[in-house]
Amino acid sequence: MKSSKVHTMARVLPTLIFVMLCAPSAFAHPQKGDAVGFLTGFRHPISGLDHVLAMIAVGLWGAQLGSPAIWLLPVAFPIVMAVGGMLGLMGIPVPGTEYGIALSAILLGAAVLFELRPSLTIAALLVGFFAIFHGHAHGAELPPGQSALLYSMGFVIATGCLHAVGIGIGTVYRWGWGQKLLRVAGGLVTVGGVFFLWKAAA
Amino acid sequence: MNRKRKSHVSLYAFVAFSFAMSAVPAEAHLNSTGMGPFYDGLIHFLMNPEDIVPVVALALLAGLRGANYGRRALFVLPTAWFLGALAGLSALAANPQPFIAAAWFVLLGGLVAADAHVSLRATTVLAALLGLYHGYLNGMGMGQSLSVLVILVGLVFAIFVLIALVAAFVARLRASWARIAIRVGGSWIAASGLLMLGWTTRAR
Repeated sequence: MKSSKVHTMARVLPTLIFVMLCAPSAFAHPQKGDAVGFLTGFRHPISGLDHVLAMIAVGLWGAQLGSPAIWLLPVAFPIVMAVGGMLGLMGIPVPGTEYGIALSAILLGAAVLFELRPSLTIAALLVGFFAIFHGHAHGAELPPGQSALLYSMGFVIATGCLHAVGIGIGTVYRWGWGQKLLRVAGGLVTVGGVFFLWKAAA
Repeated sequence: MNRKRKSHVSLYAFVAFSFAMSAVPAEAHLNSTGMGPFYDGLIHFLMNPEDIVPVVALALLAGLRGANYGRRALFVLPTAWFLGALAGLSALAANPQPFIAAAWFVLLGGLVAADAHVSLRATTVLAALLGLYHGYLNGMGMGQSLSVLVILVGLVFAIFVLIALVAAFVARLRASWARIAIRVGGSWIAASGLLMLGWTTRAR
């Protein structure tokens, strides 16, 4: 019994020693590389609830307004948002970005809540105006050592996916209960916006 | 007893041998596939979003306009890329201009987002300029040896296949929502390009 235990030890020990000898190199530096840049950019818009609420509200409103707004808003928004990000990167200040983002959630949520139907130009201008704040606040925060291109792409794609989520939820608009549900969702976005406005002011 | 000791030695020898055999290759070069220069060139293109995205944007644009445009881009862009790379071989060091790369994103992505009715001639010019510029950047700093030509063939092959797949896919789309989804993709490319422009101005 005892001898077989010793025998097992003798078998395991050399293997263990060799396994310990082949230690991989330590990654003591912050992660680098293209994939990390993409993931950081992708995570950025999703991680802030204020941004998420406003983006989903854009999708919901588009779904309420129907064609062509449902398609114009997701095409226009990323470009205008990128312009906002560009302003931030060029060091041109946009005053009160936090207020702008909170206000965008309040107004877009209210538009969904009351099913406002302004003309297409006014809807696009309203969404585009707020898109500048969203881009300015989030576009300029690239961590050092990461690919700027993939950060930007991840950032833009995540925002687009949030629109798609809003439009996807908005497909319930065809049913009577769905129309009520959308208005409730708009009300929730407004409440969230008020909370973030209060937080920005505090 | 003696026999038992002998079996241990063979065990040590076996473990040592297997670890010695599992040495990791030294990675002195970037993106070496280990499958020869053709695949090195192919992977060099496929691992480079700065190169892929404008090519995809051009393929989307050509596909939106129709099969005729797609065919034109399919042959003009790889040819121009190859010629540009040949011209770039004589340059010594790579000196990419991120400003111009970002401008290509904005231009091509914007055209796709707007569903612009570019003429066949304009598509040809765009494809030729894009290929010459990016090909020149690829060719820079590659050195001058025979395997460089094989690398370039692999690279151009990857471009050819990518345009063929993307443009053919888009040219088939008839539903209006599908075409608008392509335009949304174009707006994402243009937006990424705008942010890139911002980065380049900040770096200065």
